[in-house]
Amino acid sequence: MTRKVILIFFLVFPVFSFFTSLCIGAYNIPLSAIVKMISAKTLEAITLGRFSLELSYPSTYETILFQIRLPRVITAMLVGSALAVSGAVLQATFRNPLVDSYIIGISAGAAFGAALAFGFLPASIEVSAFVFSMVAMFLTYTLAKIRGRVTVISLILAGIIMNAFFSALTSMLKFLMEHEKLAGVVYWLMGSFANADWNVVSRIAIPITAGCTAICLMRWHLNVLSMGEEAQILGIDVGKMRFTYISIVSFMTAIAVAHCGIIGWVGLIMPHIVRMSFGPDHKTLIPLSIAIGAGFMVLADDLARALTTFEIPIGIVTTILGIPFFIYLLRKTGGGEWHA
Amino acid sequence: MLEVKNLKFRYNGFEVNASLKVNEREILTLLGPNGSGKTTLLRCVYGILKPRTPCVYLDGKDVHSMDLRERAKNMGYVPQIHHPSFPYTVLEFVVMGRASQISTFESPGGEDYRIAMNALKLVGIENLADKPYTQISGGQLQLALIARALVQNPKAILFDEPTAHLDFKNQIKVLEMIRRITFEKNIATILTLHDPNLAGIYSDRIALVKDGKIYAIGRPEEVLTENELGHVYEMGVRVISVDSFRLVLPVLNKLRNL
Repeated sequence: MTRKVILIFFLVFPVFSFFTSLCIGAYNIPLSAIVKMISAKTLEAITLGRFSLELSYPSTYETILFQIRLPRVITAMLVGSALAVSGAVLQATFRNPLVDSYIIGISAGAAFGAALAFGFLPASIEVSAFVFSMVAMFLTYTLAKIRGRVTVISLILAGIIMNAFFSALTSMLKFLMEHEKLAGVVYWLMGSFANADWNVVSRIAIPITAGCTAICLMRWHLNVLSMGEEAQILGIDVGKMRFTYISIVSFMTAIAVAHCGIIGWVGLIMPHIVRMSFGPDHKTLIPLSIAIGAGFMVLADDLARALTTFEIPIGIVTTILGIPFFIYLLRKTGGGEWHA
Repeated sequence: MLEVKNLKFRYNGFEVNASLKVNEREILTLLGPNGSGKTTLLRCVYGILKPRTPCVYLDGKDVHSMDLRERAKNMGYVPQIHHPSFPYTVLEFVVMGRASQISTFESPGGEDYRIAMNALKLVGIENLADKPYTQISGGQLQLALIARALVQNPKAILFDEPTAHLDFKNQIKVLEMIRRITFEKNIATILTLHDPNLAGIYSDRIALVKDGKIYAIGRPEEVLTENELGHVYEMGVRVISVDSFRLVLPVLNKLRNL
């Protein structure tokens, strides 16, 4: 019974966050206006413009809702679900409750790749981000493997090293970059949804939805993979499966980082919140992580844009919220009990 | 029938070399001192370590040329040490044994959970189904591992020291269970054990392993002799008969009487 109540909460949460976030901002719009304007637009779209509702709201409402808030909220939700599901997958594949794509260095690698393409290479920013996220992932894993074993702590330490390494490389790029480009890069790296418009939505929606769908379909085998090398006696090709999951996760992270910068800790925390209320079975963990990741990210973004008169980069907000949680987890899990 | 023909494997300068056969509804126990190569032999039979040439056949089929899924459908392996993972419920843990039957893009369905539940009933821990498997006792975990191997529906199961780290009662409980499933599910079973007395009670045949080779193989009363055991363990051994069993005792040295 209580399980059902919590389940409903998890599913309603992103819907609640979605509408709340559309309402609040420098200019408050009442919920009724938002619902009516969205219904009207939807009706128009479905009937190909043959029917339309006449609404008597000021034109600023429409501009703010459709040109500014809606694309931003959608972007935040997509990125939030991508990061949360990435965290859940990495925690399972590495049997390590303390990792996500940020801690393990995937985000830093992706950021370097994106900055490199943005400032210096005639290559696609997304592709470059993906390539370097995979490079970072590979280096972290290789570094963490000591005498054939990857422990919880060695993986985190290797992640710290790779984070430092790729941050240094990115700083080098910033140092060499032209001034007009530099300001944009600095702000983007801190993580922000301020530039989210329909163009961004159109570029991240398909890859992230595809990635989340793939993980959702493959989610139960994460249970088996979290048994470590033992999974091979259950009929799972551990190396191949790990590589598949990690590639999908790196891909989604790279897309998120390329457009919205580095946003840490969300991927770490969200799966734990679901696990605490629903247990570790990935059959429920993955879909609920997607839901709660989307809802949380958009609320965090509300804080980032509405808490003060200026915009706080979202990466700063999630870090400040995430660190106490990480400390709690580190104490609770003891850090070293597990190893892959 | 599980058949090992001229298995040869080198491992850090150590060579394992063995041939043996196990029928269905039969338990063969590998017995020998630490470092004699029992576990290596068991891993070679399963194919976790792979000898260069095909040498393991299950009902005539070459086990090592099967893909992982195919192998898991035919053979189970119960490892000595299980490194705990996320606190899945015992039922979720056991249903993972169905992985080889479930495609990558699917999750287990009602039928899989029913099979898992039946396996839990068979090993007698169905009351633990909803408990986190990380919180059950060592003996219960061993039973859960047996249940997980059972839901694979294998023709043969290999157990690597199933009694390690268990108290006396749980050792008996686990070995009774292994014997029961061997007969009820028509399984060809290979175990490794450290205790010659338990081996004598629960095995149909025993293979004494020394320096990576099978030193002697046969029914317990043929193999558990003062001569053979003394040679394999390099110590003085006394064997006495109690009821129909052989009891193995060490020859007491003077220190014991201090």
